[in-house]
Amino acid sequence: MFASLKRKDKLLRELPLYVMLLPAVVLVAIFSYGSMAGVIIAFQKFIPAKGLFGPQQWVGFHNFSTLFSMPNIGLVIRNTVFIALCKMIAGIVVPVVFALLLNEVRHILTKRIFQTLVYLPHFLSWVILSGILINLLSPNEGFVNIILGKFGIEPVFFLGDPHVFPATMVLTDIWKTFGFGSVIYLAALTGIDPALYEAAVIDGANRWQQTRHITLPGISSMVVLMTVLGLANILNGGFDQIYNMYSPVVYSTGDILDTFVFRLGIEQAQYALSTAAGLFKSAVSLIFIVVSYYLADKLTGYRVF
Amino acid sequence: MGIKVSASRKIFLVCNIIFLLMVALLCIAPFINLLAVSFSDKVAVAAGEVTFFPVGFTTISYQFITNTSKFFMSLLVSVKRTALGVPINLLLIILTAYPLSKTKEDFRARSLFSWFFVVTILFNAGLIPTYMVVKSTGLMNSIWALVLPGALPVFSMLVVMNYMRSLPKELLEAAYIDGASHVQTLIRVVLPVSIPTLATVTLFSFVDHWNSWFDGMIYMNKIQNYPLQTYLQTVVVNPEEFIRNNTDLSGNLSKYLSMVSARTTGAAQMFLAMIPILCIYPYLQKYFTTGLVMGSVKE
Repeated sequence: MFASLKRKDKLLRELPLYVMLLPAVVLVAIFSYGSMAGVIIAFQKFIPAKGLFGPQQWVGFHNFSTLFSMPNIGLVIRNTVFIALCKMIAGIVVPVVFALLLNEVRHILTKRIFQTLVYLPHFLSWVILSGILINLLSPNEGFVNIILGKFGIEPVFFLGDPHVFPATMVLTDIWKTFGFGSVIYLAALTGIDPALYEAAVIDGANRWQQTRHITLPGISSMVVLMTVLGLANILNGGFDQIYNMYSPVVYSTGDILDTFVFRLGIEQAQYALSTAAGLFKSAVSLIFIVVSYYLADKLTGYRVF
Repeated sequence: MGIKVSASRKIFLVCNIIFLLMVALLCIAPFINLLAVSFSDKVAVAAGEVTFFPVGFTTISYQFITNTSKFFMSLLVSVKRTALGVPINLLLIILTAYPLSKTKEDFRARSLFSWFFVVTILFNAGLIPTYMVVKSTGLMNSIWALVLPGALPVFSMLVVMNYMRSLPKELLEAAYIDGASHVQTLIRVVLPVSIPTLATVTLFSFVDHWNSWFDGMIYMNKIQNYPLQTYLQTVVVNPEEFIRNNTDLSGNLSKYLSMVSARTTGAAQMFLAMIPILCIYPYLQKYFTTGLVMGSVKE
């Protein structure tokens, strides 16, 4: 557009663009890049009083060796990956199935009403949802256990039994996210050319065959994309949710990296160790994020920018 | 319509509707129960008698809350952070998305700056370094600690940038030929046609600010500086404490003590905190969907 302009004029023309970027660049430089530089804490014998970038004593990888010799770190990583993977898989399957079933409803208003109802939990914070769930799932006066009791089932300690806790987290996470997660698949479903179905009917395809050969291929690229992008969350167990619902009784199966980092850092003020654990998480996540973006681009042509 | 519907298809459709109805009920029932509990008598609540309708209807829990100062103090903090945070988010999104939406020929440093922002999505510094930075900038206990660290929501910015990039070139060329500067082009041409996207990211950032609780918990040392969700978190984690603290503080509350329980007052407070989200819910549904779909559209 401005190919004819001279160098100086070009710079002059670009100047306002730099000015526009300035505020965001300054803030991001301080808070994001400043924090990134702050990961040096992980390699120091960090004393907060000396300041973030103050004259701290360097200890190399000592904090990491301390971290990985802690008795429960292996368990914490395993819990994190297990919970994250379960959420990831259920987070694809449930919304896809829901979108397929909802797509069979031809009455527009009915469809809208269903959508309106199932999206709601998505927009509320885990603080509120946890508050509600803690009451609903309580062993003695919780609504869920009262219902189970009517079927003669012993009260389940959803939040207090280490064997049940991870399942509770996965199920309640699905409860919050599946409705809104289906939006993207519903959009893909409406994008399928109706002519394909008409042709299939003429060829004598039944409903199931239509679903199998038209509908599923029609949303498969979206499923691939969401699966691949989901990989980036391999170490995200869901801090907001778990922190608000867990307790020491379920640490053995419910303690995840983020809650571990939080307790170590904020509650016990072990800044260096906590930073090391956080850095471990970020480094592994970085690899997964880059790989997932790369795959998303290669497989479906998706680009973030 | 003249098309014959087979019997098995009919059965499927009926079962499908029933199933979806149950699923929808499952999503919404906990909130109806919450509302019912907040208007119920504490004895009925403790006995597990309340399902979808209040038992022993009373507004006593709400009266109790209106007499406690903490709820309203934290509500004020939340209103303040949202009123500051959302416009700042929007301003920075616009100011960043516009230059980055230019072609490489029009803005040679585009790639450099794009990466500058995208890197922050790829790598997370972690809790303690972020906390230490906020601490050393002297923002602790200030409302700005809840606004400035996330002043530019990068994902939202990318959504707006992608939208601006998809605008027809002729539009911008016409403005340029008419002698419009970048600022004029942005304000007169680009912004008016970007309103749907801007509405989407505004709602994103509203919901984000309203629902955030963690930053309040770590950056605020005093409970009177807690935003609503952070304060609610303390209520959720330790419900009995809330009743005790508040009744200890002022004598006029003790008359309520026998009439409310942690369950009923907790429910009332959670419901009140949901109201702003419920108010904008129709818009949320409309614009979040378009935003989400837009974010996934490739060039």
